[in-house]
Amino acid sequence: MTDATAAHAVLHGVTRVYPGANPVHALGPIDLSITRGSFFSVVGPSGCGKSTLLDVLAGLSPPSAGRITFEGQPVNGTVPDGVGVVFQEDSSFPWLTVRDNVAFGLRRIGTDPAEIARRVDHAIGFMGLTDFAAAYPAQLSGGMRQRVCIARTLVLRPRLILLDEPFGALDQQTRLLMGDELLRLWRETDATVLLITHALDEAAMLSDRVGVMSARPGRFIDLLDTGWPRDRDSRIVSDPGFGAITARLWSSLRTESMKAIGARA
Amino acid sequence: MIRRREGLLDGALIVLVILIVWQGLYAYAGAVALTPPWQTVRYAIGLFGTPSFWGHLRGTLAAFGWSLLISAVLGIALGLWLGAFRFAGDVAEPMLTSLYTIPKVTLYPVILLLFGLGPSAKIAFGVIHGMIPVVLFTLGAVKTIRPVLLRTARAMRLSPMQTARHVLVPAVLPEIASGLRVGFSLCLLGVLIGEMFASQRGIGFLIINGINSHNVRLTTAVTLIVILFAVGANSALLMLDRRLHHSR
Repeated sequence: MTDATAAHAVLHGVTRVYPGANPVHALGPIDLSITRGSFFSVVGPSGCGKSTLLDVLAGLSPPSAGRITFEGQPVNGTVPDGVGVVFQEDSSFPWLTVRDNVAFGLRRIGTDPAEIARRVDHAIGFMGLTDFAAAYPAQLSGGMRQRVCIARTLVLRPRLILLDEPFGALDQQTRLLMGDELLRLWRETDATVLLITHALDEAAMLSDRVGVMSARPGRFIDLLDTGWPRDRDSRIVSDPGFGAITARLWSSLRTESMKAIGARA
Repeated sequence: MIRRREGLLDGALIVLVILIVWQGLYAYAGAVALTPPWQTVRYAIGLFGTPSFWGHLRGTLAAFGWSLLISAVLGIALGLWLGAFRFAGDVAEPMLTSLYTIPKVTLYPVILLLFGLGPSAKIAFGVIHGMIPVVLFTLGAVKTIRPVLLRTARAMRLSPMQTARHVLVPAVLPEIASGLRVGFSLCLLGVLIGEMFASQRGIGFLIINGINSHNVRLTTAVTLIVILFAVGANSALLMLDRRLHHSR
């Protein structure tokens, strides 16, 4: 594999400044290359611009400076084909059943109905929602609604999946299990995954590589390769290597987190 | 089941109270002002057997139907449009709210000059009553839609038209239903007032004609029919409204 195909998404000198009377420099400059098929996580203190990073990479907002490419094509303020996004907030459509939620994107692009049924069945089954296919989101728990959102993104077969703290609102046990499902999904789809999280253990357990961001304006202060095998699950939390990775993440983050708290106090 | 029974009981109680008050008013004011309940009901039923009453009813229903349709279509479109452009919405909302509070009957001479005597004036008068609440409810719903739903639409590369049709409209539908319910009552009010002042046909005309010719039986019976229609339609819309809000 050549370098050009190995780098799936690339950011060059990317910054994001929110204009206004008091402009806010939220992000960057960021230089980053995400390897095709890898699981990359971003951790950082709260308010450091993690979500802003996801927004500009997804094309949901344009960078103030710098260049972003996805599969060699520039990204600038519109979401490219092949990119799927899962947000932190529950974004399931309350007026649609689970099945219709999952089929939503495919229907909009005019996929053949038989193909929609096949792919939706698979995604619903994969996310463990078969028994709830006819239910409305209001009847489901927070974790299940987030699974609906993941399934809705998954059926579109994105080659780059961006997840913005998708398990942030869930309890610890559910988060660990959802992490397992995410790993399963990643292995099955061969997609590249970028996960934004504030949970160090989540990043340490799931990722091939973890980027640690500084307090605002967010820059990468550490990039760490975990060296985990591709076939892994939440049981690696008992591996001695897991503790070492978490410890290193925390030592990189500690000062920055204190800055973030100090800046807000 | 118990809630339903309670609802029926409440309804029956309200009807009973109205009947007692009605009978009491009759005892106080006498046949000069109104007819007693039972006699009114019989006369009202009799009205449905006369062809001229059907002509009036058709006139009112047609005018009301058109004004409701126009209020709904224009109101929803304008509400969505104003909601989509924050600035336009912020400018328009206080204006619409003050317009809403104007006693619109003062505008009726202007409406008559614009549309002439006839059904179109009644329809226009219904529309200026009924459209504003539909706009305001729709606008409010669009402004308070959860931003993540719109971000999802962008993340799925939906066109603005697709976003409006498949995300925006379903998200605001329950609020629009509430707006239509209010618009429904006000359209009816507008059309009836229009008929009372300048018309030769319609239910409003029948009421005012009854008053002018001192036909108390007619006035009371037609008023009863209008009330029953409004209450019945409103209950049906309220049920729809609750159902739409319930699935959230």
